[in-house]
Amino acid sequence: MQRIGVFICHCGTNIAATVDVKKVVETVRAEEGVVYAADYPYMCSENGQQMIQSAIKEQNLTGIVIGSCSPRMHEATFKKAAAQAGLNAYMVEVANIREHCSWIHKDIGEATKKAVILVRAAIAKVKLNAPLQQGTSPVTKRALVIGGGIAGIQAALDIAEAGFPVDIVEKNPTIGGRMAQLDKTFPTLDCSACILTPKMVDCAQSDKIEILSYSEVEAVKGFVGNFTVKIRRKARYVDETKCTGCKACMEKCPSKKGLNEFNMGLNTRTAIYIPFAQAIPNVAVIDPAQCIKLKTGKCGICSAVCGAKAVDYTMQDTFIERQYGAIVVATGFKPIALDNFNEYSYATEKDVITSLELERLMNAAGPTGGTLLRPSDGTHPKVITFIQCVGSRDTSGCGKPYCSKICCMYTAKHAMLIREKYPDTEVHVFYIDVRTPGKNYDEFYRRAVESYGVDYIKGMVGKVYGENGKLMVQGENLIDGEQVTIASDLVVLATAIEPEPSVRKIATLLTASIDTNNFLTESHAKLRPVESPTAGVYLAGVCQGPKDIPETVSQASACAAKVIGLLVKNELKTNPCVAGANESMCNGCGQCANVCAYGAITYEEKQFRLGGGKTETRRVASVNPAVCQGCGACTVTCPSGAMDLKGFSTKQIMSEVESVCRA
Amino acid sequence: MQSIENGNALNGAGTQTFVPKIVAFCCNWCSYAGADLAGSSRLAYPASVKIIRVPCSCRVNPTFVLKAFQQGADGVILCGCHPGDCHYVTGNYYTRRRMALLFSFLDYLGIERDRMRVEWVSAAEGARFSQVMNDFVSKVTALGENRKIADIRCKGASGGEDVAGGNNDD
Amino acid sequence: MTDLYNACLSRAQELLKSGEVSRVVGWKKGEFCFDVSPAYFESAEELNEFTYDYFCGANLSKYLVQIAKKEGKSAVFLKPCDTYSFNELVKEHRVPREKIHVIAVECRGKADIKKAESVAGEGVLGINETDDVNLLEIKTRSGKTQTERRNILLTKCLSCKGKKHVAADEKIILKEPIETGSDRFAGVEKLEAMTAEQRFAFWKSELSRCIRCNACRNVCPACTCVKCVFDNPESGVAAKANDTSFEEQLFHVIRAFHVAGRCTDCGECTRVCPQGIPLHLLNRKFIKDIDTKYGEFQAGEEAEGKTPLTSFKEDDGQ
Repeated sequence: MQRIGVFICHCGTNIAATVDVKKVVETVRAEEGVVYAADYPYMCSENGQQMIQSAIKEQNLTGIVIGSCSPRMHEATFKKAAAQAGLNAYMVEVANIREHCSWIHKDIGEATKKAVILVRAAIAKVKLNAPLQQGTSPVTKRALVIGGGIAGIQAALDIAEAGFPVDIVEKNPTIGGRMAQLDKTFPTLDCSACILTPKMVDCAQSDKIEILSYSEVEAVKGFVGNFTVKIRRKARYVDETKCTGCKACMEKCPSKKGLNEFNMGLNTRTAIYIPFAQAIPNVAVIDPAQCIKLKTGKCGICSAVCGAKAVDYTMQDTFIERQYGAIVVATGFKPIALDNFNEYSYATEKDVITSLELERLMNAAGPTGGTLLRPSDGTHPKVITFIQCVGSRDTSGCGKPYCSKICCMYTAKHAMLIREKYPDTEVHVFYIDVRTPGKNYDEFYRRAVESYGVDYIKGMVGKVYGENGKLMVQGENLIDGEQVTIASDLVVLATAIEPEPSVRKIATLLTASIDTNNFLTESHAKLRPVESPTAGVYLAGVCQGPKDIPETVSQASACAAKVIGLLVKNELKTNPCVAGANESMCNGCGQCANVCAYGAITYEEKQFRLGGGKTETRRVASVNPAVCQGCGACTVTCPSGAMDLKGFSTKQIMSEVESVCRA
Repeated sequence: MQSIENGNALNGAGTQTFVPKIVAFCCNWCSYAGADLAGSSRLAYPASVKIIRVPCSCRVNPTFVLKAFQQGADGVILCGCHPGDCHYVTGNYYTRRRMALLFSFLDYLGIERDRMRVEWVSAAEGARFSQVMNDFVSKVTALGENRKIADIRCKGASGGEDVAGGNNDD
Repeated sequence: MTDLYNACLSRAQELLKSGEVSRVVGWKKGEFCFDVSPAYFESAEELNEFTYDYFCGANLSKYLVQIAKKEGKSAVFLKPCDTYSFNELVKEHRVPREKIHVIAVECRGKADIKKAESVAGEGVLGINETDDVNLLEIKTRSGKTQTERRNILLTKCLSCKGKKHVAADEKIILKEPIETGSDRFAGVEKLEAMTAEQRFAFWKSELSRCIRCNACRNVCPACTCVKCVFDNPESGVAAKANDTSFEEQLFHVIRAFHVAGRCTDCGECTRVCPQGIPLHLLNRKFIKDIDTKYGEFQAGEEAEGKTPLTSFKEDDGQ
């Protein structure tokens, strides 16, 4: 038999002014199961809490109801007080008679009546409460970072700095990501490689970081604190432990026609290659689609010239399985394909290039050694036209509806760098809006216009076409209200960026949600921006939304802080208000897992005794309490009612409903 | 006890006015907080609204709604986070489908559609919470007492029209 | 005996004899031609009682939930509409697909004995096809009567989903299929067009006749819960004590909601209702709403995937 205590708070006059507190106390005292009822001016005060605690002890209370302010305000306070007095914290219910009653009703009779009903409903509920214990689950003190771009690198370095081991899984042969391809960075114009490569080296040299390059995540099991991840280590045909990065193989390789991915396909590379000079790991890799030996069995020159005997044509993909406590997703982006934008003649005109291609054409390590030359004839372009928002802010369906965020700034950068290096070059920029929020960003853009004489034209470009060796850019100047055609030597498209397509698979593996643009969804847009709704999974960089380097680095460090905060714990406390299936009623029909946003529900075959010595094997749902967040979606999906939610059980809510309606 | 029973209140003139019973299920993260904000902003709505806190609108089983009606509620309203803002990522999307179908079904049985509603109220929308409740209560008040669900299987009722399509049994 | 019956019987015999299956689930003859009942046969002798004719309206798929627990593989005769229920059961892991051999069997609509009697009088001895596909011949003790096929088909056959089997390991189809269904949602639409008061009066009159015999639930292939909420005092909806109780009043509402998105519209509930309550009109309302609000969906079309109530679109209407 339950022994319920009821405590009604005056909250000074906040409640007492419109609710006849004494009357509430006297009325609910008569409720079945209530053995104690009292009021106090401030229940949440030290004295109020002591009053609750002594009543719990003296009256042997099995459950208490506090009629007070919103549970969102002081439920935790009262739970703690109850626990200190030896009553399970989950035997406490709060009736909200302030925000939901005294503050909104003026008539004392009406408000008192309602307060009684609310307190009665809480009594009805608490009678069905069960003591709950917070569970614990252990934490594997190792983190996984998926993606080795600047986001992944920064997150890994920060986590390693705190003393936790980190693995970086990078699908390409080297870490570095997109930032490694950039020439200079805005708004300071420092050289990208100069600031990135030391960080790459730090990763390689850290005894806490293991770089698993040329590898991909294949499978993920488990939950926060306890992920088991299967990683495919793709065959690179070169033994990472032996290769010294001497490049002798690259000099002798006869297959030289592979498109150089690092240079955006603007030049070629050999079949065995190191992506770029500062690659980490500085180890060669063989492109199996291009290697003569792997395709025909004849050749083998690289193996012959390799002093370290690192080349192994028989190498196969291998798999490793590791345990992690936390996972950072930093899969980055790629520029969109321009198939839907024939009006810019990208596919047909060699001198129409993307901004990322321009980065390579201006980079000292790029295909032209840093001299800006047209891809078509290798001459210096004298008139360069930039087109903004190619595929960004596009609601036509051809491109992306969002703003890619980085293009305004990098175009200003490109324009400035070109005008700086080649002052005789004419630079035009077609734009819809110039968006430069950020520290020193607008100043940077204004410098391009005011000090570098870049010609910004507000208007869209309708068409780009070749004519007499020139690229005619036909657009509209909205400010002058006229059509303009600019005969250009080079056209640069500020191509929209999109999440790296492999993120879809990663999202599925992690049960992390993804939005309609394939960006990973954060747990809360404002307050939990680096956490995925899947506990223990964090998001850094463009995989979560378009952002530039400073923002990416901030987010990566924020992820690292979250990861460190998780990994320092020896065990995780789990919310006991989680779902659970009554196995004797569970059909194993699989409906509940369909609506679980967290992947908390799995099914297992279990033997049940039928009586008479017989057993039956049935498939039943099993909820992982460490993963379940307690929303209750599964409970409604379950036709048999086998699935219930602790703390908000069907019987509890039904009983509240009855109580509220009965009055 | 009499004075605190929730029932038909006496107005000044001594005639009885109908005061509906309203059950409002509010999700903990958005709507319940919205109701708190309505309270702290002193934005009044009728005392006939009684809020039951649930973690997420998706915790609300259709049987809770039916139970409320059967136990004498004149109106039932569910409030959740705006679609896309669910604390539990997708919970309210399921709520939206479940309740759209349930309400349409109850309407099909002849229960007035205005007695049931789903509204999205964020934690910041105290004013909206109050406005939604005022509006809902006035609509339900206009409909009067809900006797239908409690009455739906009252034995011995007279026959309705045959729409079974080919079923000529009776 | 018809060619179709013979084909089914000999195939059943073969399957048992070869040991390919341990039993065959089908229909068993009764005392009268029209009281056939679902049964399983484990030997050639037992198959003497096997039948397949115009009175085999029962959907056998639900029986597989229990039968599949037996040793060995079971063969089952499924009419086109029954295969949808079967897929749904496979989808919900209630029937292990690998333990069942589906014999997809021809169906040209099944007869309602009450309708046949009202056309030809009592003492019905059998129903046969005629040379005209539109006509069926009712044989009674007093003679033979020809009637329009549609006149004596079960209510569920009049809104037939089509003659496609959505699950089949083999097929026994001898004759060209014929369509017996017409506008499936006409009944629902007729109700929707009424006023709320008229609808309430209609349902009050229909549901008041319910005697809570549970036949609809027990026959329903979507109602296979290990423990039904209505039998579970813990569920808060079970209360058998008196007819003002929650369960009494809202049984059909809760049941319809529980099967929403899973109900294949097999029509068994209406077929077995001893009170002639058009229960399919409840389920069909959900089906119609799902189709119009969330896009056409036929439960059981596939043996895997989510239902409309366990999926969503971000831009669903309210």
